[in-house]
Amino acid sequence: MAATTADARRPRPLALRAFRWSRRILLYLIVVGGSFVYMYPVFFMLRTSLTKESDLYVVPPIIVPLPPVWENYAIMWQNGPTWSWMKNSFIVVGFSVVAETITSVSVAYGFARTRFAARDKLFIGVLATMMLPGAVTLIPRWLIFHRLDMIDTLWPLLIPRLFGTPFYIFIMRQFFLTLPRELDDAARIDGASHLQILRKVVLPLSIPAIATIAVFSFMNRWNDFLEPLIYLLRTENLTLAVGLRFFVSRFGTEYHLLMAGAMLLIVPMIIAFFLAQKQFIRGIALTGIKG
Amino acid sequence: MASSSLSAKSGASLRAPPAPLSRWRAARKWLAAQEGWVFIFPWVVGFILLDLGPYIFALVISFLNWDVGRPPSFIGFRNYQAAFTDPLVGKSLWNTAYYTLFHVPGSTVIAFAVAGLLNQKVRGMPIWRTMYYIPSVTSGVGMALIWIWLFAPRGALNGMLGWFGIDGPRWLTSTTWAMPALIIMSFWGVGSSMVIFLAGLQGVPQHLYEAAEVDGGGWWAKVRHVTIPMMTPYIFLSLILGVIGSFQVVTQALLMTEGGPDNATLFILLYIWIMGWNAFKMGYAASISWILFAIIFAATIVQFLGARRWVYYEYQEPG
Repeated sequence: MAATTADARRPRPLALRAFRWSRRILLYLIVVGGSFVYMYPVFFMLRTSLTKESDLYVVPPIIVPLPPVWENYAIMWQNGPTWSWMKNSFIVVGFSVVAETITSVSVAYGFARTRFAARDKLFIGVLATMMLPGAVTLIPRWLIFHRLDMIDTLWPLLIPRLFGTPFYIFIMRQFFLTLPRELDDAARIDGASHLQILRKVVLPLSIPAIATIAVFSFMNRWNDFLEPLIYLLRTENLTLAVGLRFFVSRFGTEYHLLMAGAMLLIVPMIIAFFLAQKQFIRGIALTGIKG
Repeated sequence: MASSSLSAKSGASLRAPPAPLSRWRAARKWLAAQEGWVFIFPWVVGFILLDLGPYIFALVISFLNWDVGRPPSFIGFRNYQAAFTDPLVGKSLWNTAYYTLFHVPGSTVIAFAVAGLLNQKVRGMPIWRTMYYIPSVTSGVGMALIWIWLFAPRGALNGMLGWFGIDGPRWLTSTTWAMPALIIMSFWGVGSSMVIFLAGLQGVPQHLYEAAEVDGGGWWAKVRHVTIPMMTPYIFLSLILGVIGSFQVVTQALLMTEGGPDNATLFILLYIWIMGWNAFKMGYAASISWILFAIIFAATIVQFLGARRWVYYEYQEPG
């Protein structure tokens, strides 16, 4: 650092300054340009969803469709039991976020802060379930829920969330390990139980990490496709992500309607992300997810 | 608690209390030491019911001729024999490997480059970061629907290629281009590795860069000799999870191509789904899922063994 500040005080030759400036401009161009490349599909979807069918292939392409064609959304909405798909998705996601977060935090606390003989051996089990392919359990789990007569209900999508999710347990444990132990020792001397330490000492310090796993949970459950696909059968029982699969065949090349459908799926995600963004980014930085 | 009986054999004898402690107090002390079980109890139950049990069950199923609705019968290794000679298993494994070979290195490099960019001092950075991350937030079905339209014969991508006088292919209905299309699309979903890399970059000690500068190292020397070595644990994690995820890709193919055209995008998990839930051959599907398991397991082990050569851990993990 010392070298650069000394540099800054000395008047620099014009050529060097021009070089620095052009490098800076190039950096801005790449960062901003790249972010537009990344957002392009989303802009494009929004635009198409508000465009008349006859304007889809107009050259030059219409950047902002005026007036916006809101009817696309009405037509799309009426093409399936969209309302009940929405409702099912919200039930699954709402339940999963709450259940997964609570159980994962509690289990992670057990692995990070309590001591018992088998603890570290069991944690290898957590790592194993994180690493091993879940594809193998797909068939037996389906057969078990089939035997329990739960196919075509939401139960197979809810029950597994009650036991903590390995990846979230891992993230929370890594985070808890970074909290100074003296905090709990102090509380312990005051006679606090583990549950009290978790609630009064550890949780208030863990909000960003908890927000992180809650966002992950929301994203994964909202976008989940394969599980609802195999467990849900009747059209009105589907979740939104699976229901929209019917739109692909129904709308064919009516891309303006397909994009209106995609908006239904994407807008709640973006809202959720923005609500939690600040905590989420901090949480990622703090948990220092690493091998 | 039922859990205390689980660990009855272990632990207690380790720290045998000195003489004056009564039996009762020793028991209470032992019980207090088992308090952790209460916290991890949900996971233990879930692990047995949802993981360990199903894995064992899946192994059993793979030796059965089990068409849903009919009583299963034991047929030994015949499911595996059939799988090894099934040309579609071979084809779908090849497709999955093809995807993995391009998707994993490609998205790691892109995520790394983007993270490097986003680690610069640029005004309005939170906005740019969010814009790079949004496509990953919306990954899955929503993104697949958008890309159906982007890859349409007269869609945006071919429109842009047209500016350069290139007559774009019919991406998703072309046996040659359907897989590259899915790979290209996957590069928009690099957000989560990007965020992990970004966290890692911010943890690289500044004094190492200064040392490199003192030694007269330019931009590339700093990347090559400081950033990349310090980031190897993150790159390794990203590769491991990337390969595991990539071998289990299914959503995009199911929505966008249904495995077609001519099985060009038939992924192994898609084939398992077709066998299990369209053909209802549960035993056969289970045997293929074990083949997939073996491949992912082997790939992970190989990567862990290889990691000793290139992954650099400066600090020991706490705990």
